[in-house]
Amino acid sequence: MTHLRRCFGAASTAVLLCGFVVLPLRAAESAGDWMVTDNPVGHTGGRLAVALRSEPKTLNPVLALDETSREVIHCLTADLIHINRGSQKTEPALAKSWSVTRDGRQYTLQLRRGLRFSDGQPFDADDVIFSFQVYLDEKIDSPQRDLLIVGGEPIVVQRLDSYTVRFQLAQPYAAAERLFDSVAILPRHLLESAYRKSNFSDTWSIATAAPQFAGLGPFRLKEYVPGQRIALERNPYYWKQDRNGVRLPYVDEIDFLFVPSEDAQVIRFQSGDTDILSRFSADNFAVLEKQEAAKGYRVRDLGPGMDYNFLFFNLNDVSAKDLPEVARKQAWFQDVRFRQAVSAAVDRDGIIRLVYSGRATPLWGHVTPGNKLWGDAQLPHPAKSLERGRALLKSAGFSWKADGSLADSRGSPVEFSILTSSSNAQRTKMATMIQHDLAQLGMKVHVVALEFGAVVNRLMKTHDYEACIMGLASGDADPTPEMNVWLSSGDTHLWHPKESQPATPWEAEIDGLMQRQLITLDYAKRKRLYDQVQEIIAQNVPIICLASPNVLVAAKNRVANFQPAILDSYTLWNVEQLYLQ
Amino acid sequence: MTARRKLQIALLALGCFHGFVLFAGFFAPYDFSAQNREHPFAPPTRLHFVDAQRKFHLRPFVYGGAGNASDGAGIYPMHFLVRGAPYQIIGFFPARLRLFGVEEPGRVFLIGTDGYGRDQFSRFLYGGQISLLAGLLAAILSVSLGAVIGALAGFYGGWVDEALMRAVEFFLASPWLYLLFAVRAALPLHVAEWQIFILLVSVLGLLGWARPARLVRGIVLSAKERHFVIAARGFGATDTHILLRHVLPQTYGVLLTQVALLIPHYVLAEVTLSFLGLGVGEPVPSWGSLLSQLQQYFILTSYWWMFMPALLLVPLFLAYYAAADAFQEHFQQVAL
Repeated sequence: MTHLRRCFGAASTAVLLCGFVVLPLRAAESAGDWMVTDNPVGHTGGRLAVALRSEPKTLNPVLALDETSREVIHCLTADLIHINRGSQKTEPALAKSWSVTRDGRQYTLQLRRGLRFSDGQPFDADDVIFSFQVYLDEKIDSPQRDLLIVGGEPIVVQRLDSYTVRFQLAQPYAAAERLFDSVAILPRHLLESAYRKSNFSDTWSIATAAPQFAGLGPFRLKEYVPGQRIALERNPYYWKQDRNGVRLPYVDEIDFLFVPSEDAQVIRFQSGDTDILSRFSADNFAVLEKQEAAKGYRVRDLGPGMDYNFLFFNLNDVSAKDLPEVARKQAWFQDVRFRQAVSAAVDRDGIIRLVYSGRATPLWGHVTPGNKLWGDAQLPHPAKSLERGRALLKSAGFSWKADGSLADSRGSPVEFSILTSSSNAQRTKMATMIQHDLAQLGMKVHVVALEFGAVVNRLMKTHDYEACIMGLASGDADPTPEMNVWLSSGDTHLWHPKESQPATPWEAEIDGLMQRQLITLDYAKRKRLYDQVQEIIAQNVPIICLASPNVLVAAKNRVANFQPAILDSYTLWNVEQLYLQ
Repeated sequence: MTARRKLQIALLALGCFHGFVLFAGFFAPYDFSAQNREHPFAPPTRLHFVDAQRKFHLRPFVYGGAGNASDGAGIYPMHFLVRGAPYQIIGFFPARLRLFGVEEPGRVFLIGTDGYGRDQFSRFLYGGQISLLAGLLAAILSVSLGAVIGALAGFYGGWVDEALMRAVEFFLASPWLYLLFAVRAALPLHVAEWQIFILLVSVLGLLGWARPARLVRGIVLSAKERHFVIAARGFGATDTHILLRHVLPQTYGVLLTQVALLIPHYVLAEVTLSFLGLGVGEPVPSWGSLLSQLQQYFILTSYWWMFMPALLLVPLFLAYYAAADAFQEHFQQVAL
């Protein structure tokens, strides 16, 4: 340890010496409120290549929904207050400081002065006002709009002067300044006319010409080659610098290559076409690990992430006329003892071993161990027990026939299907294992793997399914992004989306607790509320939590300052600090 | 070698292969769905004759664990004609007799296990039941349809020919993949295994008739101009008689050859159908699902024994092609 620290000491002296030479030169140029980062100092130049699973759908931060679009947009834009993906805490971004009133309803943000967009135009409070106007516009229907509506009222944005903005909330907001994360600030000078002419939703498509695009992010648009890549170049006006006063980002260019499958991404990374690889399976991790030394890259297992995979049953109000089979089987699914029995029979340890080669954590609740602040330590972790499963089924009126098959109280055999997405090998594998586990309880289970779009259609629209294995990823460690999963009226309340009234007493209770935690400012009190939510879910098992995969990433050895995080965008969150050795 | 002899050898090889598959329960040591979660991706179990003390055993044995640990793990001799997990002969007669096996907790995985620790050898044999039967039935369906349509088109010519041949072109040019998506969406979620099987046969069979139809049409076109056909017509034979008696027999060689070529083709086509959710579902194995595992990079690079099912298919497919070849030669000789 001491040895390590000494090395660091030596490095920083060397760096300081360089800084002496560089600083005075830069000082004259920098009139703005640059943010100084505390990363180890690097050097500029070079090109970073990263693979994307698909082409981004849009470059418009207001409209982007899909992961790949957001990954690219993240490099092009900046927000007012940012969640540091490494520390999971908030830090100043375009706002250099902020203050909150005691009731937690008013935020006053001081913006950095002298900043310019990547096209050289100045940035001030008008851009902020304009941006929030767009995000809150009902006609534009931005996916972020819901998060900016607190207590049923859109937040009110007010310009105090050119560099001070005030936000007024209808209710106190527990997640506080995390609200501002990922709300990219737009250049008013480029977008206002499109907004006024109401063709905003067509602007900043993926094919936008570079001069028409400007942001406050570390990079700006250079070139888009359909079907191949999108290239970004350094934003010369970026507002961060390192300790030596070197303007970030360090690398000159980022190339996002479109590589459609995970296997192809792994192969291209191994062959040296790309520098960074994120989110791949444990199986591919083993493949990559073998050649780590020989090929000059490093793979890292960051431990449990924020994703949770789970099995759930169809609890929608389906009519016996349209879907008679599903309606009939819902008599089982709606019985909590049936769901508990299924949960008891699932071999979670087997899933961890076989599906994830040990690189995952078994789950009994939806908050993963990666989320250090919000997990409920009191949740029980019962081991697999067929006896418990059988006892629960028996108490719910099920019985077994002579051949060992399970029958309900009317004597009909218990047989249902589990839906999974055919493009997700892990979930299909889990389904096959659960099929085998439930056969031991006498249930006959079919695994049906469909293409992902078809799965979502069945879950959200037709409700024509019986059970399904899905995964959700929390974008932040805070419970707030989970609101639309747990509120009975939520879109992502998967087992029964958009309930007009809470269908069960416990769902009503969760609704109340989630609403209360949203306006409770004290962490300890809020944690107790969220713990209760987790306990109710564990008790009533609307979702049977299975496993949370570890976040696995890899980068070439020449990529320095590589500090992957378990929040998205896992490897590129500090893209401005990455440099090439 | 005469064509007849070649045909005999090819048919004998095919007969053996089909026998193995038909009586999969007897030849396979385990049930196809039995998971050994302690042994995912276990390499093939080595059969030993000499133990650590250099003692020779007349009866081959395996070591305990996944069968590969020789560090003092127990020795489990292989027994023949043992009582194993229950199965049904040809789907009807319950039986427990299996050709070979080792005592629990010993395990014998002749070609390793898959990601769930299921015996690949057993899965291969059972998988053939669905794949071969589906391939065979679908090929017969395709070829019969093709024969009827091709014969009608060739024999009657004129607008019948035009209409049928445009239909063939339409069939060859249509993007069937998207139709299959629609078919899957229209089906209920869990379809019984026999329904899936019928679906598999009909999809493969109905989509494949166009090429045999073209071939048959060509032969019929030339056959109907031959002297004995014209003579028969001169004697007042009806169309049906001429078609069944004189023209269609000319196409038998081509048809049999087509069947022998189409079966391996259809076995592979099932890989795609499995991916669209139209194949047989887990845990029931098929050759398509065994092969589709190889689409994953980590399996390709890390577990060589996962190629074994593919390798085992090579002699089978060769036998089919040899049979196709021999049929062709045989019928040519007959025709001469």
